[in-house]
Amino acid sequence: MGRAYSTIAFDPAKCDGCGDCMTACAQAKTGTDDWARSRIQIVGRGNATQDAIRDAIEDATEKAFELALCRQCADPKCVTVCPAGALAKDGASGVIGWDASKCVDCLLCTVGCAYGGIALDEVSGHVSKCDTCDGKPACVPVCSKGALTYVTTANIYNEVGDWEDLFAPGLAGCQGCNTELLMRHTLRRVGPDTVLATPPGCVPGMGSVGFNGTTGTKVPVFHPLLTNTAAMLAGVKRQFKRMGRDVTALAIAGDGGASDVGFQSLSGAAERGEQMLFMVVDNEGYMNTGMQRSSCTPYGAWTSTTPIGAGCSAGQPAQGKTQDAKNLPLLMVNHRCAYVATASTAYMEDLYAKLDRAIEASKTGFAYVHVYSPCTTGWRFPSDQNMEVARKAVETNFVMLWEFTPSEGLRFSRSVDDPLPVTDYLKAMGRFRHLSPEQIEHIQGKVVENSKFIQRFSEQAHGG
Amino acid sequence: MEQTQYLIVGSSHAALEAISAIRMHDATGTLTVVTRDAHLPYSPTVLPYVVSGKSAPERVFLRDDDFFARNAVSYRPGAGLAALHADSNTAELADGTRLGYDKLLLATGTSPAIPPIPGIDTVSYHVLRTLDDALGLRDAIAQSRQAVVLGAGLVGMHAAENLVKAGASVTIVEMSDQLTAGYFDKVAAQMIEQAFTDNGAKILTGSRVVRLEPSPVGARLTLANGTTLEADLLLVATGVKPNLEYLNGSGVAFDHGILVDDTMRTSVANVWAAGDCAQAKHFFSPTPRVNAILPSATEQGRLAGMAMAGDAGIKPYPGGVPLNTYHFFGRHAISVGSSEAPEGSEVLTRFDEKTGRYLKAIFRDGRLAGIFGVNEFFDGGIMCQLIVRRMDLTADKERLVADPLKVGRELMSRTWR
Ligand SMILES: Cc1cc2nc3c(=O)[nH]c(=O)nc-3n(C[C@H](O)[C@H](O)[C@H](O)COP(=O)(O)OP(=O)(O)OC[C@H]3O[C@@H](n4cnc5c(N)ncnc54)[C@H](O)[C@@H]3O)c2cc1C
Ligand code: SF4
Ligand code: SF4
Repeated sequence: MGRAYSTIAFDPAKCDGCGDCMTACAQAKTGTDDWARSRIQIVGRGNATQDAIRDAIEDATEKAFELALCRQCADPKCVTVCPAGALAKDGASGVIGWDASKCVDCLLCTVGCAYGGIALDEVSGHVSKCDTCDGKPACVPVCSKGALTYVTTANIYNEVGDWEDLFAPGLAGCQGCNTELLMRHTLRRVGPDTVLATPPGCVPGMGSVGFNGTTGTKVPVFHPLLTNTAAMLAGVKRQFKRMGRDVTALAIAGDGGASDVGFQSLSGAAERGEQMLFMVVDNEGYMNTGMQRSSCTPYGAWTSTTPIGAGCSAGQPAQGKTQDAKNLPLLMVNHRCAYVATASTAYMEDLYAKLDRAIEASKTGFAYVHVYSPCTTGWRFPSDQNMEVARKAVETNFVMLWEFTPSEGLRFSRSVDDPLPVTDYLKAMGRFRHLSPEQIEHIQGKVVENSKFIQRFSEQAHGG
Repeated sequence: MEQTQYLIVGSSHAALEAISAIRMHDATGTLTVVTRDAHLPYSPTVLPYVVSGKSAPERVFLRDDDFFARNAVSYRPGAGLAALHADSNTAELADGTRLGYDKLLLATGTSPAIPPIPGIDTVSYHVLRTLDDALGLRDAIAQSRQAVVLGAGLVGMHAAENLVKAGASVTIVEMSDQLTAGYFDKVAAQMIEQAFTDNGAKILTGSRVVRLEPSPVGARLTLANGTTLEADLLLVATGVKPNLEYLNGSGVAFDHGILVDDTMRTSVANVWAAGDCAQAKHFFSPTPRVNAILPSATEQGRLAGMAMAGDAGIKPYPGGVPLNTYHFFGRHAISVGSSEAPEGSEVLTRFDEKTGRYLKAIFRDGRLAGIFGVNEFFDGGIMCQLIVRRMDLTADKERLVADPLKVGRELMSRTWR
């Protein structure tokens, strides 16, 4: 199976052109401060010289800076045009390595690369390119603006890719839905000694309960009612315990099944400290039955039961949902569960770390993981935008990533300081397209309120 | 008769790219590579460095046996294609073996063109196209005291520099009145010429050899103006001609090279051609041309492989763009695009006497057509994209010429990164 690789990512909106990355690279690779010798090149828009870039810092606007850096291509043109075999992709790291002892300084690679990723270092007389400093790029940590990140999520894919996929191939999800990703990753991680409960919702709709008499999973799976998932799973788990068998009791439920009719059994199991891992895939509505609203649907959102347009519901401004969403994970905190966390598929490393802790906690008590899961079909956005929508939700504090244990309290796993305006999130999808300025103001107000509210939890936890 | 799904003739850049493209799409179809050369694949472009000693001959190979094993490729060196029987999908090798194919790629490249100078068959001379040529030339250079290089193209100039550095007295004879014509203009050529003469080489442009005959030293050349030259080493580097001898009677249409369409298909069913032996769409010309450079060979080989394997991701060939990089006596020159400046085009140049930096850019309708630099580094790959994408640079022309490196990167990052 193919490997995934770590990469250096650049966010031009955050770059202010300070050039610290170029200084760090030049120092690491040449022992000088000469920006021209840096293998990462920040280029100021319309400004061509080193001094001009420094001047441009003054009036830096969004995307004022551009980047030239080797992308460590999967299909590297530099390698194909090198006549000397001096360039090659390292199968383990993905880095395109340059072998000085083979290079003949012909510069053909600089003609092959369309990204300015390999260039002549006029001082040494040889070409030079980014080698990601053996997986510890010198440029990334010195970027104080957060414009450079070293994305190492690939490690997860490489490790997990070798584990057994416990779902049947070919699940019937909507195009671009991230729930399949979540299901496969979660079950792989939890492993084969699992009993899985999937109440009505998108997860069985995709095929967890199977077709034509065979299950969609390679572990025992059952299809409880919306109302009794946690209760049934608790009973099953207790019976296994009685038989002396160590299995993980796992539920993957939708937000409807958990926050509405399923809530009494969920709350009961949490209160009794049943040993299970309850994962909620929150797509903010009953999406597989035709996109009806749930108590997790946010204010203002269009659903088929919170429509928009004139004359929708008596006396109401017919503009999507008129109530705010219930904060289910916070309710679970108030059950003092052994572990509660929120997660997002746009932050897989975080999700994995939380899964590990949740699995551990489920051995002795109730573990709850709430995953925000954008719905391409119901939220109305292009099917290639799922991760982007999920990321924007987090970057705007529309949802926040944190974890809680009774002893450590609540801890943010990603800073909630400096959020983007919530409109960056809202405009990414169609279900909010109709919003009036007042509604947007309401939502922005709620985001601020929510983040303050949760921050208070975390401060108290730290004795603040 | 042995049968293979894919048959590739040649083992250089175009062939290697075709192998990758086929295997990307079809992991198991039987694939056979036959090549006239006796070695593992290597690039002709590296040979000047084998001659100079910079590259160790055993380290220039681009693939090893393990690569062919992993990719389930039957690699057969020393097996030249002698005749193509396209009507029966059969290739006939030099030893008489016949091979049946479903799909065939001709990637046979070029050989040195030997000018019809009276007496040329009475003297011994060197050419440079194969590894064996390079090893022979390397050994001969070490012995040479007075050498003559015929042809001032990049191959000849490279070899001449090696000869100069090895201590021989060198004369370069070029028929046209400018060296490295086609890639560099008069100013750049002058800078190159200066570097050579500064280092003791003699350059005779606008000179034609009319007779060659053996002499006690080796060979005696007589020029059109009556001058004679004595050479203990004669290198013929007057250009290349595609290897097409096997085409006779095959029905495959050819002109200077094998005529191909936008996906490298020839005039005959199940036969593709790519690289130096193909005459394909040209970015700057209404009619197809042989664009005998390495980057074009890889691009065409890739396309041919995709077409042969039925890869739906294939995009038609945008047309060959002239590209070259050249090192001489510690300096470098880069040329991207067309050096022709037809009426109505705008030519911007700058030259810094002190640093010897020279830059010239040609714009047509505000779009870049060519950019050439001596001692002035810029990203040739980015410039090539600016040309192929026909980007309107009306607003950025002056900036681009002032700082092609930074401005090119800026445009790249903004447009296609
Ligand atoms: C000295 C030198 C320097 C060069 N420098 C540059 C440079 O700086 N930049 C640049 O862009 N290009 C340069 N080139 C050109 C470049 O090397 C070619 O464009 C490139 O190699 C073309 O690749 P190809 O696969 O089309 O053909 P080739 O590389 O010519 O390979 C042809 C292959 O076909 C095989 N073959 C030929 N005839 C037969 C037959 N009848 N049967 C079976 N096999 C056959 C040969 O053995 C060989 O494997 C240089 C060339 C030379 C010789
Ligand atoms: S140098 Fe250019 S072509 Fe090579 S891997 Fe980097 S970005 Fe890709
Ligand atoms: S400069 Fe070196 S690495 Fe680049 S193509 Fe030439 S030989 Fe290969």
